[in-house]
Amino acid sequence: MSVTGARLEPTLFERSRPGRGDGKIPHPPKDALERIPAAARRSTPPALPELNEPEVVRHYVNLSQLNYAVDTGFYPLGSCTMKFNPKLNEWAARLPGFAGLHPLVPDEVAQGTLQLLWELEEALAAISGMRAVTLQPAAGAQGELTGILMIRAYHRSRGDTERSEVLVPDSSHGTNPATASMAGYRTITIPSAADGGVDVDAFSAALGPRTAAVMITNPSTLGLFEHRIGELLEAVHAAGALAYMDGANLNAILGRFKPGEAGFDVMHFNVHKTFSTPHGGGGPGAGPVGVGESLLPFLPTPRVLREDDGTYRLERPGERPESIGRLRGFVGNTGVLVRAYAYIRAHGAAGLREVSDDAVLAANYLMHRLEGTYDLPHPGPCKHEFVASAATLKKRTGVRTLDIAKRLIDYGFHPPTIYFPLIVEEAMLIEPTETESLETLDAFADALIAIAAEAEADPDVVRGAPHTAPVKRLDEATAARNPNLRWRGMTGRQMPCPD
Amino acid sequence: MLAALGIGSVDELFADIPESLRASGLDLPPPEAELELAARLEALAARNRTELVSFLGAGVYRHWTPPAVDQLLIRGEWYTAYTPYQPEISQGTLQSIYEYESLIAELVDLDVVSASHYDGAAATAEAALMTCRATRRERVLVSRAVHPQVRATIATYFEGGLEIDEIPLVAAGDAAGTTDLEALARLLDDPDRPVAGVVAAQPNFLGLLEPMREIGEAAHGAGALFVAFVEPVSLAVLEPPGAYGADIAAGEGQPLGIAPQYGGPYLGILATNDALVRQIPGRLVGMTTDLDGQRAFVMTMRAREQDIRRDRAASNICTNQALLALAASIYLATIGPHGLRDVAATGAARAAELEAALAAIGVERLHRGPYLNEFAIRVPKARAVHRRLLDRGVLAGLALADAEPDDPALADALLVCTTEVTTSDEIRRFAEALADELTTDRPGPAPALAEATR
Repeated sequence: MSVTGARLEPTLFERSRPGRGDGKIPHPPKDALERIPAAARRSTPPALPELNEPEVVRHYVNLSQLNYAVDTGFYPLGSCTMKFNPKLNEWAARLPGFAGLHPLVPDEVAQGTLQLLWELEEALAAISGMRAVTLQPAAGAQGELTGILMIRAYHRSRGDTERSEVLVPDSSHGTNPATASMAGYRTITIPSAADGGVDVDAFSAALGPRTAAVMITNPSTLGLFEHRIGELLEAVHAAGALAYMDGANLNAILGRFKPGEAGFDVMHFNVHKTFSTPHGGGGPGAGPVGVGESLLPFLPTPRVLREDDGTYRLERPGERPESIGRLRGFVGNTGVLVRAYAYIRAHGAAGLREVSDDAVLAANYLMHRLEGTYDLPHPGPCKHEFVASAATLKKRTGVRTLDIAKRLIDYGFHPPTIYFPLIVEEAMLIEPTETESLETLDAFADALIAIAAEAEADPDVVRGAPHTAPVKRLDEATAARNPNLRWRGMTGRQMPCPD
Repeated sequence: MLAALGIGSVDELFADIPESLRASGLDLPPPEAELELAARLEALAARNRTELVSFLGAGVYRHWTPPAVDQLLIRGEWYTAYTPYQPEISQGTLQSIYEYESLIAELVDLDVVSASHYDGAAATAEAALMTCRATRRERVLVSRAVHPQVRATIATYFEGGLEIDEIPLVAAGDAAGTTDLEALARLLDDPDRPVAGVVAAQPNFLGLLEPMREIGEAAHGAGALFVAFVEPVSLAVLEPPGAYGADIAAGEGQPLGIAPQYGGPYLGILATNDALVRQIPGRLVGMTTDLDGQRAFVMTMRAREQDIRRDRAASNICTNQALLALAASIYLATIGPHGLRDVAATGAARAAELEAALAAIGVERLHRGPYLNEFAIRVPKARAVHRRLLDRGVLAGLALADAEPDDPALADALLVCTTEVTTSDEIRRFAEALADELTTDRPGPAPALAEATR
């Protein structure tokens, strides 16, 4: 569907009127702050807006209606796995026993959550073929940092301090090289071969005694299974390096391929992709990390442990001295992990395999539908996503991928990921996921085909898109040149309230 | 679909996985229907004890969250959207982030607020890294009174080759438990190892108020930046970081309408002044116009980010805590500036009530300095007492020895906190239970205890 509610919203600050909003909590005694030294007290109150609850509710409901979301329509954003988020999982995460639990309670108070976390670790280990899993990282990128820091600790523990490089394919997510830098490594970029896989010759040439790790996304961001992965992993290990798998695309291979069995030493999961926890407009996520035997001692602290008597506990500070430490406060994004746990238990082994089967089938079907209309640089079976390109169309009509993406909005669809991976000209990375119906897939393919026809017949209508969205294309240059990053001067500049 | 593709089985689409690398099978519990799964989840949740009378804070605080917050938050338009890469159909998320940036900027009194980080600890680690980038120095000083998990997180983020020194605390006297300014001066006075940044918390981990202005002046005097770790509700009544000269504010946004949920998802607050805007990691949303001149919002200054800059990005952060930033904004909009002040002041009033109730049973504070709504108390055999109070239905704060096992000064101490949800009745129950525990632990009941608990 299209985004509706095209009436733009004034800001909270413009809606504010002095004296509004009250009755949420009782007023404190007048002397409540008397024992706080004057020097430590705030002299002027923060200029926060004052609104009554009905105004707050309308503000946020109206704002929400300016958003496109999985709950409103098809969202084929490649590499982001925008599948349906089951509502049971939202209900579960809000159960008072889960939601109300303070993270620093004694273990005996938290047995239910600790059991859930332990079982989730076991399930993720089974799915990935890894030896153990930490649930601590808050998102995939933090999982990457966790993995690379563990690899660093591994090399150091062996007295191997000369390794200063991380190899990353040019099709990788930007988080991979950014992570390597954060961990103090230099990134060596490996080109892709014509078939879309890693260029094995270039890879072998770069691999050596300075290589600490390689980071490989499998399936790749081209939607292709890295079919020479076996020999790549052998070469990595022969060089004394370790192999990291970016698990962003795990949704394609559940029950078909286990990174741990294949020889990866460490990987992260994006539970907000594969295991259907909601993306929340940018987050939260959770980025559990699985490791093989070699990295076990270095897992972040605290781990969740199961005692012989069946009770669960967290590791104590200092209990495992080789640990890389902690990446964040407490044990992890537990509320997100409750949802992932529910998703895995709902599906079981057969259900998860079906998830991947259906996701891959949907992607291949959609790719088939677009054949002949758009360039398909890597035809042949894709996994859960595929790259289409408007390069030929652009040469002929001047219409770019950006224009097509914006025109899709007029047709009621969220655009795919565009201009990524960086190695394909005019790229559209399309990921339909397993939760879409055949009718939806067909409607989307029809729209893309219709837009290609428009590009030939009436390119201006495409170039001027979107025509139906709440706003037109934005002036991003001015936003960056003269940044306005916060509201200032609330009082005296209030616009009339429209309600 | 199979027919359209001209294949007989979906297996053919997986032929590119080499036979030798195919999965051996998948060993998971069988699938469960929604009804069964709901029962399983309810049973697990019921195994947690959330009925306890709680005085536990230590970085995560219980507050009244108006139901409007979650009822607005759960709308699918917020929940099931991705990062607003397509601004034309993401104005809701974009404007809400701009408003979040503005609300937090008001609270901390700084110019620029990132769209969110993972949590307070990770945000503070990013702040410490920022000081190194901005000053091109490689050493950061962190007050020992910053939350131990925040300190541990900074240490992990600095594994890539940066250096940390801890600033000790004043051991005795009126300032006991706060950052030692003389020690700070000595640590800063090291020309071979110049300091990039100084990190201190207000209130500090032990609940005490720090001399933030003095710490900041010392840092600036040595050419270092000053990072304040703050608790956002307290900023309704305490001097904000911008006013005492902090260059960066970091903090845990959980108290702004976010449930404790055993550790997350929470909200990492990160803010700075205009001078450091190019150094701040994470997304930023700015106001601009569309081609019709209509006001609109967009992600901006993207050249700092990993998907553009790759190995030269300010951070690897991609997914953040957008939904929690939204929760915090709705909370602030609903509770308002006066409500937020009432929340902070009521917590402080309840804490004074708790201090008096504990003093009446002979339990004293560990430190003398001023606090807002959290303080440490001296309790012999604190760990054992804390465990036994659980049997009486009381969660007696945090046994500090669990959090700081290496600090003998904290061996026999509990860190207790109150907020606006703490009742006088709960305070009475806590004092009675504690008095009872302490008397049963001693040869005979002290008369003062018997008096107080009558």
